[in-house]
Amino acid sequence: MLDHAWLIPLVPVCSFFLILFFGKRFPSKGASIGVFALVACFLMSLVLAGQWIGRDKTVETLHQATAAQIAQSQAASIEESNAHGEATVDEHATAAEEEHGAAGEEREETVLKREPVLHETTWFEVGGTKIKAGVLIDGLSVALLVVVSTISLLVHIFSTEYLRDDRRKTHYFAALSLFTSGMFILVTSSNTLQMIFGWELMGLCSFMLIGHWWEDKDNSNAALKAFFTTRTGDIGLLVGISMLFGLAGTFDIGTTNNLALGAQLDQGLLAAAAAALLLAVIGKSAQFPLHTWLPDAMAGPTPVSALIHAATMVVAGVFLVARLYGVFWQGFHIGAGDGYTPVAMVGGITIIIAAVLAFVQRDIKKVLAYSTVSQLGYMVMALGVGAWTAAVFHLFTHAFFKACLFLGAGSVAHSGSHHSFDMKEDMGGLKKHMPITYWTFVIASLALAGIFPLAGFWSKDEILVGANGNGYNLFLYVGLVGAVMTAAYMTRCIYLTFHGEPRGNAAHHHPHESPLPITGPLVFLAFLSVVAGLLQAPMLHIELFADWFEPAYVSNVVTHHGFNGVLALSGLAAAVGGIAVAGGYYFRNLGPRGVVARGGLPRAGYNFLVNKYYLDTLYTDGVVGSIKGPIARATYWFNQHILDGILNGTAALAIILGRFTYDVVDQKVVDGAVNGIGVSADAGGGALRTVQTGKVQQYAAVLFGALIVFAVALWRFAK
Amino acid sequence: MNDILVHWGLSLAIFLPIAGAALLLLIPKENELFIKQVALATTIVTAGVGAWLLVNFDYDRTGKLQFSVNKEWIEIINSRYHVGIDGLSLPLVVLSMFICVLCVIYSWDHFPEPHNPKAFLALILLLETGMNGTFIAQDLILFFVFFELVLLPMYFMIGVWGGANRQYASIKFFLFTLFGSALMILGFLALYFRAGRTFDIPTLVATAGDLLPHNTEVWIFAALFMGFAIKVPMFPFHTWLPDAHTEAPTVGSVILAAILLKLGTYGFVRIALPILPDAAHTWAPWIGLLAVIGIIYGALGCLAQKDLKRLIAFSSVAHMGFVMLGISTLTSFGINAAVFGMIAHGLITGMLFFAAGSIGERYGTREINRLGGLLIQAPKLGWILGFLCMASLGLPGLAGFWGEFPAILSAFNPAAGLSVDTFRVYMVIAAIGTVLAAGYLLWMFQRVAFGAPKDEFVDAHIHDVHGPEWIAWTPMLVLILVLGVLPSLIFKMTDGAVTDIARTLASIGH
Repeated sequence: MLDHAWLIPLVPVCSFFLILFFGKRFPSKGASIGVFALVACFLMSLVLAGQWIGRDKTVETLHQATAAQIAQSQAASIEESNAHGEATVDEHATAAEEEHGAAGEEREETVLKREPVLHETTWFEVGGTKIKAGVLIDGLSVALLVVVSTISLLVHIFSTEYLRDDRRKTHYFAALSLFTSGMFILVTSSNTLQMIFGWELMGLCSFMLIGHWWEDKDNSNAALKAFFTTRTGDIGLLVGISMLFGLAGTFDIGTTNNLALGAQLDQGLLAAAAAALLLAVIGKSAQFPLHTWLPDAMAGPTPVSALIHAATMVVAGVFLVARLYGVFWQGFHIGAGDGYTPVAMVGGITIIIAAVLAFVQRDIKKVLAYSTVSQLGYMVMALGVGAWTAAVFHLFTHAFFKACLFLGAGSVAHSGSHHSFDMKEDMGGLKKHMPITYWTFVIASLALAGIFPLAGFWSKDEILVGANGNGYNLFLYVGLVGAVMTAAYMTRCIYLTFHGEPRGNAAHHHPHESPLPITGPLVFLAFLSVVAGLLQAPMLHIELFADWFEPAYVSNVVTHHGFNGVLALSGLAAAVGGIAVAGGYYFRNLGPRGVVARGGLPRAGYNFLVNKYYLDTLYTDGVVGSIKGPIARATYWFNQHILDGILNGTAALAIILGRFTYDVVDQKVVDGAVNGIGVSADAGGGALRTVQTGKVQQYAAVLFGALIVFAVALWRFAK
Repeated sequence: MNDILVHWGLSLAIFLPIAGAALLLLIPKENELFIKQVALATTIVTAGVGAWLLVNFDYDRTGKLQFSVNKEWIEIINSRYHVGIDGLSLPLVVLSMFICVLCVIYSWDHFPEPHNPKAFLALILLLETGMNGTFIAQDLILFFVFFELVLLPMYFMIGVWGGANRQYASIKFFLFTLFGSALMILGFLALYFRAGRTFDIPTLVATAGDLLPHNTEVWIFAALFMGFAIKVPMFPFHTWLPDAHTEAPTVGSVILAAILLKLGTYGFVRIALPILPDAAHTWAPWIGLLAVIGIIYGALGCLAQKDLKRLIAFSSVAHMGFVMLGISTLTSFGINAAVFGMIAHGLITGMLFFAAGSIGERYGTREINRLGGLLIQAPKLGWILGFLCMASLGLPGLAGFWGEFPAILSAFNPAAGLSVDTFRVYMVIAAIGTVLAAGYLLWMFQRVAFGAPKDEFVDAHIHDVHGPEWIAWTPMLVLILVLGVLPSLIFKMTDGAVTDIARTLASIGH
């Protein structure tokens, strides 16, 4: 399987075309094809992971003990490259290694890693440069293949019930297949050009699926918004990848990372490229300030939210940073540990900004959406503080528990609240009617909150340890504050959905537990939310995740910190504290009531939050509105009145001028030309509808006159 | 058979259509079916010659002229009947032949008012001769003759079968482009007199650069620029285009967008750059500037449009901006992207005009605000439109991407001698243009296809895609996808030829 991993993206592509062209002829409307394809992908991914883990370790990596040493040796290599100018990669690597040997003699260990499996073929050739297409299998891609195929399979199964009678079931499953292949293409790409393919293919499917019920304008608006916003980020993707190609001379990811880490690329341009790519991350992974599309994207069917807008596509930005870590590491000096990096700032701000908004949502899916934004912030922040493994590990665990939560919300809407997602109007008291949904939701929430020993605890702890150990203390505190808030808003969400008195639809529409295609995936995901964290539990001396999935280019630079009891306890305390406060408020009815209703500052603050910091107003009315409205109209006015005005004015002037020129300029030339045109025009005109040949002749005469003037000028000048 | 085609293939490609047109004129007007059959047969046989060229082209020597014929023509000015194709001409000639077949099929049973299939089809065939000839000619005078030949049929097509405002649009089209080509012929004459008394393009490429002083080159380039830039059209010489497109019948718009605009960009790559490489360096930053202005300007213009066809016309200004940006970098990456962009734009925008024409025909209006719910009334047509929007906005995996992204990419490192900073600014502006493209296309798609039909059309019976449309469209839709996934199909033709041009340009780099 290691050598045939290309099959994994190919299978869903085939299933897409099969469903699109033949799906309608199946009794399942094509759903069965999709499920079958995903079963195949899931099994192939598992086999692949098994083979990857069983692969012999052959690549030696240098594991630096301190970040400072790396910074030092990097500084040395920069000088080196300045001195030698165009040193080749190999020479330089040796030089850098010697440098390492000299500087880090006392604390350096050598670790063995599995060698990535790379299969490439020439895609096309331009100007002597061969552009390859290929599949790169290393720890990172294996980890993501497992996550994506698992979640996608479960979502497919869930959807067979959830969209059983949907009017466009065939389209739905076709898009789901295409989406899955897009994600597979992204994670297995061996080069950045191919990554753009996967990246945009997912954007397309996201657009199609958010707007799945496009009869409703709100849905198509949400689809357009998602596409534009991520596309705005993609300016950065196109520019960043162009820059990297210009700098490194290749799209190849491995080479690019090595050149960047070897300080072989112009530092200023590398930083600019990293900044451009960061813009792409901000768009795709819904980071502040471009996060606004993700909550709106909840207009799509719920399984889509679970798959695309929680577990897979939105982590593409995180994946991009993880994949091109050399570029970000070197471009932003992540290893220097000097308090903050742009990547960490973006992630840190997003954690808090989004978590706050989760408190004021009425729609259960929007709570989860803001929670997703916030958790993506954790991943981005982790990458920004040099905790690569923690970020990818959190991506891994988050996919399971967040998908479980979204599917749980879908289950509630399907069987409990009669297609409503409004927690305040149509839910409450569903616990006794939907026990499986309830308990899986609670387990996943606890995992998200970071309660020991569930998955989220371990991955969040890794992030906190990384931030602390790498010299980014500010972000340790951000992470802790975020943990309190996460635990609190999820408690609120559980209370409003499952506890208290039934309201609205939940009271009137006979809530009941969902059938097996829905509860099955929930139970399986809840199970994973419990155990997935145990892959990387330094407390128990388990570091399998790092061992299996951390690639050599990362191991060479990042530092791992051991278990830290104080931090683990702080993280746990934050989560418990959050639950306690929110639990007290909602379950025990403690604390003040009606603060917001009393007006004044609380009311103003509440309005500020309900309006999402007015960012949507700024974007929709301010930016988009002015471009679509006044700016576009002004441009068109310019076109019609200024440019065309000049043209029409010139024509009028030319006619006046022409009469004069006609008499002065050599009659023979002009006459000859006019007659020529006249003859052909008459010949054609006879057979056709009458046209104003006279006018054409006149214009033509004027033109030829003007041209002769120009010709004389040109001649004089040329001489 | 092969021997005949090796020598006569290109001449057949040029003159078969015009012979077919002559034949049409002999058939009585009443015999409509026969007229259509003859026209279709002519385009298919011509396309067959194209297929033969595709198969027998030597892809290892794409930089060399193949199937050349070089015969005496107008002795007194040393202008020769020199035809030949290299990797640059081949895809464009084949595209032209291919589009003409599809246009005849599409026209089969919807000829626009005042009907008259005989004249209409004869004009299409006449156009084909002009277009094929322009891409095949290797002599400046021959090139000019074909370049001008397309003007008249298109003028009549718009002026006779066009919309309400056809008189203004057709005269504007005719005079604007005629003005450009008149400057162009002056440039050609200047080349003739100052660079060795020859019109032979390969000879001029080899010698003109050395014979001409820099100043003269710059002036001659200016004259050629006007001719080609108007045809492209580049901002600010584009105002004939929206009018011509809006008024032209569907098939006219398709040919205009798919092929005619490429005559301009092809002229830059075939004539202006390699013959005047020195002047190209002087002009490149300005061409690049107009190109990126065009990208943004065209997109903003689109956002203000109310008419479907006019919107697509403005989008051409933006797309041709990407093509010209690629050309202005003077690198092999950029010029390859430009040629790919020409093909992609030809297929995608040509197809968009087909779709817009069919929508307009069904609803009796192309006003975007009156349309809506196309996906409900004609789902297949609606999804085709959606597919085309995605292709047009440069989605990877569809042909449009390969015209845009490599152009952006090439602007990061323009040819030696050009200002790196300037072109990097262009790169960012062009990238911003991709977002605006997504904006106007998807906003249009939302208004036309999503939602419910407007009240006035709720009960209208809207036909979904019918037979001739499927036959005409399927090949284009498939090609848009195939070229998007396998760009090497085009790049392997163009790369050799483009690399030669880029080498000529690089040898001049300051």
